[in-house]
Amino acid sequence: MSLYVRRGAGSPTDAARWSRRRDVMTNLRSVIGRAYPRVIGSTREPSWVLFEVLLPFLTTSAFVFVYRALDAPTEYVGFVVLGGAMSAFWLNVMWLMAAQLWWEKDNGNLELYFTAPIDLMSILFGMAVGGLLATCFRAVVVLSIGTALYGVTFSVEQWGLLLVVFFLTLSSLYGLGMVLASLFLLWGREAWHLTQLMQEPVYFVSGLNFPVGRLGFVGALAISTIPLAVGLDALRQLAFAGGVASFGTPSPEVEALVLVAMTAIFLFAARFFLRTIERLARREGRLTARGQ
Amino acid sequence: MPSIPLAIDTRGIERVYKAKPRPITALAGVDLRVEPGEFFGLLGPNGAGKTTLIKILTTLLLPTAGTAHVFGFDVERETKRIRRIMNIVSGGEQSGYGLLLVREQLWMFSQFYGLGAREGWRRVDELIEAVGLQDQRLQKVSSLSTGQRQKMNMARGLLNDPWILFLDEPTLGLDVSAARAVRTLIREWKGAVVGRTVLLTSHYMAEVEELCDRLAIVDRGRIVAIGTPADLKRRIQRDSIFRLELDRLDGGASSLSGLPGVLKAVTASDGSSTSGGARQRTAVKLVLADDNALGPVVTALGQRGSQIVSLEKSEPTLEEVFVQLVGRSFADDSEDGGSDTDGRGSSSGTDGAMADPSAPPPPTAATERMTEDAPLAATGLPER
Repeated sequence: MSLYVRRGAGSPTDAARWSRRRDVMTNLRSVIGRAYPRVIGSTREPSWVLFEVLLPFLTTSAFVFVYRALDAPTEYVGFVVLGGAMSAFWLNVMWLMAAQLWWEKDNGNLELYFTAPIDLMSILFGMAVGGLLATCFRAVVVLSIGTALYGVTFSVEQWGLLLVVFFLTLSSLYGLGMVLASLFLLWGREAWHLTQLMQEPVYFVSGLNFPVGRLGFVGALAISTIPLAVGLDALRQLAFAGGVASFGTPSPEVEALVLVAMTAIFLFAARFFLRTIERLARREGRLTARGQ
Repeated sequence: MPSIPLAIDTRGIERVYKAKPRPITALAGVDLRVEPGEFFGLLGPNGAGKTTLIKILTTLLLPTAGTAHVFGFDVERETKRIRRIMNIVSGGEQSGYGLLLVREQLWMFSQFYGLGAREGWRRVDELIEAVGLQDQRLQKVSSLSTGQRQKMNMARGLLNDPWILFLDEPTLGLDVSAARAVRTLIREWKGAVVGRTVLLTSHYMAEVEELCDRLAIVDRGRIVAIGTPADLKRRIQRDSIFRLELDRLDGGASSLSGLPGVLKAVTASDGSSTSGGARQRTAVKLVLADDNALGPVVTALGQRGSQIVSLEKSEPTLEEVFVQLVGRSFADDSEDGGSDTDGRGSSSGTDGAMADPSAPPPPTAATERMTEDAPLAATGLPER
């Protein structure tokens, strides 16, 4: 049957030799391939509107009413709406990114990723890119509804820096997601519990609903370790420039540098952990053992 | 022109899993050589070590000792090269994402093998047609039946046009027609290009016999026999056994015993029968020194006025080969509970570990059975 005949190289030895360019292109295509189900999934499962927009928006609304009742500065409402929008990314990282490889192992995908001629980092990048694109839409929905409903007024003086900080926040956030994905693969079934355990504390110290600088030393510590905290703080400083609220945190430029450092560290760590885990898994037979 | 290295070359492969209360030896020194272009089968019960061997060859697992090469590439050090020229399909595979359409799912996997976006879609459509999933191409993966899903998995396994395809119990859980479709697909794909190699693991003996050029019988982490199906059968059957149905036989079966080359002649268990009460037929089982002894028997029967109604050569089945070589049947393993996968609860079509090197060897005495009573003969393949 001619349908089955598609042979490039004349021998298996030749077929196994790829140019550097082909190797890189295959990894790039894998990023797109793995991102595809994430993006498509948004259109096929509309229930996310309820779970990831409407329900979280109730929490955001509660804080808006609290701030209004306390006669807090008007930009606090904007802080909360912005925090609500950014929480979509955090949810995505924690619930879909971090535990994803572990789930992939359980349904047999991980085995196929490992046997494909690609770097597992490409799969993680694909998951991140897909999740990021899908979540951007959700974040925009939250931001738009919140802004319209509660009359948020933005005051941006440095649009360029705002965009840079936004993308750095996402890159560092998803970099952390990649690290967690690697570690969760190692920790197995505990990953799920760990996700639940981490969610609320990280919510708190990230200052999703208040300026993180109010936490004092703990806030500063959070800023130095959690990309969402530092990113959100920088975004608030840039989106509500000239307001009356005091942040008590480093300038957006400094925080942007912190985000750059975090991105680099997380990506390096993710790669290191993935390689270590693959080696360990191949040695101990964990790679394909399910239900752990 | 340089010669193509062996498709599979393992030397002294051992694999021991850490487990409590004691380590589990899944492979205990496997030497295996598979030529390029061969359709090679690994036959053994659950827990024999078949899947562990496949995992090592597909770079998912490292051997504890020994070396393994796929087309000359070391499974430990040259994993990427091996991954570029191979693919694997397992029985009961649930890979992919249920919300994707069949076409989308296959395209996604095509990207992992470096096919360009358009080339990927084209290739996917070709394979969908080849596996007969045209009607399901725009259906969600989650809505496929088990058989359709396995056809999709087969298409996935062929996306990169592998030089070597590893099939781990590919018809596990399929009904008769779905299993047949998968076997046909494998055979046609393999036959389309010279040099394509397939390593199939199965505990369906008839499937291995139907598809494989050669096979190895694996038990408790060791290869106990290797050869073509015919070779293996010959190994346990040195004599030629024929079953003859005659319209009459004066003097009975014993009258044939004195003929040259006839070692034994007995009335078969279904001995005589009458057809419509008019005519009696006699069934005789002949054990001959070799096939050449049949000629004089036929001549002698003709001289005695006996007419041969049917003549059938009896061969042992692979199951009998297994029983003879291993000393127990697959069913015995099932009754024992077998060993679950690689000792870690893997759930899909896997085996892997049970051999304990300190365990006593299996009994060697095998049951002598009359070969025409082969249980698989009537139904063809023992599929579920």
